[in-house]
Amino acid sequence: MSYLKRIIYNCKKATLLIEKKAMSKITVREYIELSIHLIGCRFCRIYKKQSAVINEMVRQLFNDAMKPGARLDENFKRELQGRIEEELNK
Amino acid sequence: MEHKLNPHQWVAAHADYLYGFAIMRINDEEQARDLVQDTFLAALQKVDGFAGKSSERTWLTAILKNKIIDVYRKKSSGLRTTDVKESEEEQADFFDSNDGHWIHNNGPREFGIEDKDQLVSREFEAILKKCMQKLPVLWMSVFTMKHIDEEPTETICAELKVTPANFWVIIHRAKVNLRACLQKNWI
Repeated sequence: MSYLKRIIYNCKKATLLIEKKAMSKITVREYIELSIHLIGCRFCRIYKKQSAVINEMVRQLFNDAMKPGARLDENFKRELQGRIEEELNK
Repeated sequence: MEHKLNPHQWVAAHADYLYGFAIMRINDEEQARDLVQDTFLAALQKVDGFAGKSSERTWLTAILKNKIIDVYRKKSSGLRTTDVKESEEEQADFFDSNDGHWIHNNGPREFGIEDKDQLVSREFEAILKKCMQKLPVLWMSVFTMKHIDEEPTETICAELKVTPANFWVIIHRAKVNLRACLQKNWI
């Protein structure tokens, strides 16, 4: 398979580069290869968009989970603070 | 400003927060509760070492984080063989093993999340959660430490004992699997 054909066909590598580029640096060569690939590959163009949105949604999910509010039941909390007081008095 | 510790108020002030932090990362209520307790008890032993540079909550969260990493390590060393293998086999369905091209039926399709401004529904959130839980523990821990905790890559590699090359493979596989799971369950 020719060099160019390998770039055009290899979606596995292209999607790995998409992930790497989103978080870190890729080499100039990798950048060029990825750009060439994306021009010809609709699948990977969709992947790239969705990948960024998924990051955002996962982050949102974690943020929402950290909003203030009671999660533990009161009995557990009372006992836990009791344990702490016990340790403090040792 | 110098921060101070007040263990008499720890549970009231931080227990729910720490529990929320833990449950998102290990997805096991009992274990999350144990971790909150262990965190406070470990913190009591370290009170003298508290320099007052960070807030009480930040300090406690750092202790909890280390405990979570211990859990990740334990879980993934036992499971590395089984759950990773299963997900890797699934991965074989995504790309052609000869040329790396998407296998046509499993390639990405638009399914309505491409537009960033779009409001994500509760239903979709539930699917996202389910899909995240299906990922191997090691993948999910790498993913969470990178995307949510924004830990440097070197730290993650050292803590979870993965090589830098493997780190990117895991990040990639986790995302490809997660994306495919969303597409499959949402359409």
